[in-house]
Amino acid sequence: MAIVEPVPAADQPCFLASGDTALIVEFGDRVDQRLSGLVVALAHRLEQAAIPGVVEMVPTFRSLMVHYDPVKLPQAELKRRLAPLLEGLEATGGIGRRWRIPACYHESLGVDLIEVAERMKLSPTEVIERHSATTFHVYMMGFLPGLPYLGGLPPEFGLPRRENPRIRVPKGAVAVAMSMTVIYPLESPGGWHILARTPVPLWDMGADPPALLDAGDKVMFEPIPLSRYEAMLAEAAAGRLRLLPEESPGSRSGSKRA
Amino acid sequence: MTAALRVIAPGLMTTLQDLGRRGYQHLGVPVSGALDPVCLQAANLLAGNAPGMGALEIAYQGPTLAIEADSVRIAAAGGQAAIDIIGPDGGAGQRLAPFESARLTRGQTLRIGALSGSAILYLAVEGGFAVAPVMGSQSTLTRGGIGGFEGRALQAGDMLPLRQAAAPEREEVMLPALDLRPPARVRVVLGPQDDHFTQAGLATLLGSPYTISRASDRMGMRLEGPTLEHSAKGYNIVSDGIAPGSVQVPGNGLPIVLLADRQTTGGYPKVATVISADLPALGRMTPGAKIAFAAVDIETAEAAARALALEIADLPSRMAPAARKHSIDVDKLLGENLISGAVDARADPRSEP
Repeated sequence: MAIVEPVPAADQPCFLASGDTALIVEFGDRVDQRLSGLVVALAHRLEQAAIPGVVEMVPTFRSLMVHYDPVKLPQAELKRRLAPLLEGLEATGGIGRRWRIPACYHESLGVDLIEVAERMKLSPTEVIERHSATTFHVYMMGFLPGLPYLGGLPPEFGLPRRENPRIRVPKGAVAVAMSMTVIYPLESPGGWHILARTPVPLWDMGADPPALLDAGDKVMFEPIPLSRYEAMLAEAAAGRLRLLPEESPGSRSGSKRA
Repeated sequence: MTAALRVIAPGLMTTLQDLGRRGYQHLGVPVSGALDPVCLQAANLLAGNAPGMGALEIAYQGPTLAIEADSVRIAAAGGQAAIDIIGPDGGAGQRLAPFESARLTRGQTLRIGALSGSAILYLAVEGGFAVAPVMGSQSTLTRGGIGGFEGRALQAGDMLPLRQAAAPEREEVMLPALDLRPPARVRVVLGPQDDHFTQAGLATLLGSPYTISRASDRMGMRLEGPTLEHSAKGYNIVSDGIAPGSVQVPGNGLPIVLLADRQTTGGYPKVATVISADLPALGRMTPGAKIAFAAVDIETAEAAARALALEIADLPSRMAPAARKHSIDVDKLLGENLISGAVDARADPRSEP
C-alpha cells in the first residue's frame, strides 16, 4: 500500500452501486492524499447541497459512500444530482482543521518503539523525530468510533501489521503500520506497532461531535515527557483536557453530516 | 416511585433498539438499530407509539419482566412465542399472542418463552423507555457499549425506566400476523466489487444454497457453503464504505452479510448487496437455516423498497380491535429449534488496526 504515487491528470470518478441504499463515488483505488482531498471536497459540497433523501456520507481513502433513502431518492436521480457537484472538483487542503496532539514516546508507553527502530535500522530518537516531523492527513475515520487513519509517513514506515495482534491496545495508543498511523480512541484489540500514547481523549460521548478528528483534518504529534503525559492524563480524567484546533480556516465546524 | 420494568430473567440477548443511529458513520460509529424494522414498527404501532420508537429486541429466548408501574401497555411483534401474563399470586394467567396489545398492572409479570418462526421478537411499551438517546438514538451497540440500557444487553436485576407511569384504559388492538417467511431467494444487487470475483465465483454465489452459521450475530451473518473464487484482483481492497446488506468475502471465500451492527468501513471486497426490502427477512433468519441468492437490477430493488414502505405505511389501517379471548394455535408454531449458542463473531481485523 504505497502512499505517494504519480496521479493521473484527470481521475474520472465512477459510481458504484452498493445496493439500493448506498452509492459509492470512487475516485481511485489507492491510498493517496489527492484522492482523499477530492473525497473530502465532494463530501463538503454534498453537505452544502442538502439533497432531500441523502441520509449521510462516509468519506474513505479513495471514495465517498453516500447513504440515501431510495423511496425519496432513486439512484438515477441521486446520480443526476451528484453530476454537477463533481464538476470542477478540486482536492482541497483547506477544509480540515489543524491539530497538534501531544504524544509521549517514552518506552514505557511506546512499547514497540525499540523494535520498530531496529526493523527500520534507525535509532529510537530518529524514529521519534521522523514521526513527529510528519504532517499527517486524516484519510478517514473507521474501525472504532473516533479512530483516525492518518497518512503521510515516509515509506520506511511501511511495516506490516504485527504477526500477533494484541488482545488489548490501551486507549490513546499511537501506532504505525503500512506507512500510516492510527490513534486508538478506546481500549481495543489491535495489531499495529505502538510508538507513543496521547493523553488527549479522541472520543468523548459528552461532546458533540464526540470524535475529536474528522476526515480531511491535518495532525502533527508533539513529543512530551512522561511527567507531562501523566499530568495531562490526570487533567483528562478530571474532564478538563479539551484540545482545540490550531486554526479554523473558515472551515466546516466538524458538525455531523446528516 | 419510578415506573419501570424489572428484569427477572433477561432472555438470551435482549437489547433496546430503534431505527438506528444516523449521521455518525463518518466518525466510525455503526448505525445499529432493529434487525427487523418491520416488526419493530408493528410493535410500536400496536402499543400506541410512533413507529420508530425504541423497543426491546428479543433474540431466540424471551425475558421475564415484572411490572413496577401502575399500569403499562405492551405489544409484541415478531416470531411466535408463548407470552404469559402472570398474576401477583404466580398463578397461570392470560396468554397473549404476538401482534396484539395488552394493558398490564403493578404486580403482574410478563414472561416470554422461546421464539419460533423468526429469530426476533419486539416488545414495545406505550410511551417508550426513559433512556436518554445517545447520538440521537436509543439503539444499543454492545460492541462499544454505546446507547441502549447501559450500552449492553439486559441482565437480571435491571430496572428499565418507563416514560409513562400509567397506561390509559382503552380497547386493545391487534394486527393480522405479518408474513414473516423468508423469501425463497434473497435478492441482491451485484457489486460494488463483483469484479474481484471470477465468473465461476459469481455463479457459485447465485447458484448454491448456503447455511447460516452459528457464528452469526447482529454485526454479520456468516454463511457456510461453497467458497467463492476471487479473481486476480484478490481479496484485499483499499478500505471503503459498507452498506447495510453488503456481502463481503474475505480470503477464505465464505460470504458474510453485514447487518445492523456492521462496521462503517472495511477492506474486503463486497461481491453484492442484499436489497433493502429483503433485509428485515434476513434479520429474522436463524442459524442453521438455508439461504439462496438471486441477482436483481437496481430498479427492481427500488420497486421492492417502495412496496415495503407502502406496506409499513399501511399497518395502522390494518389494526383491528383485539378479541377478548386469547388462545394460541399450537399447530402454527414451527418445530424449529431456535436456541443457538450466543455468538461472538468479532470481525476478523486482518488489515485493520
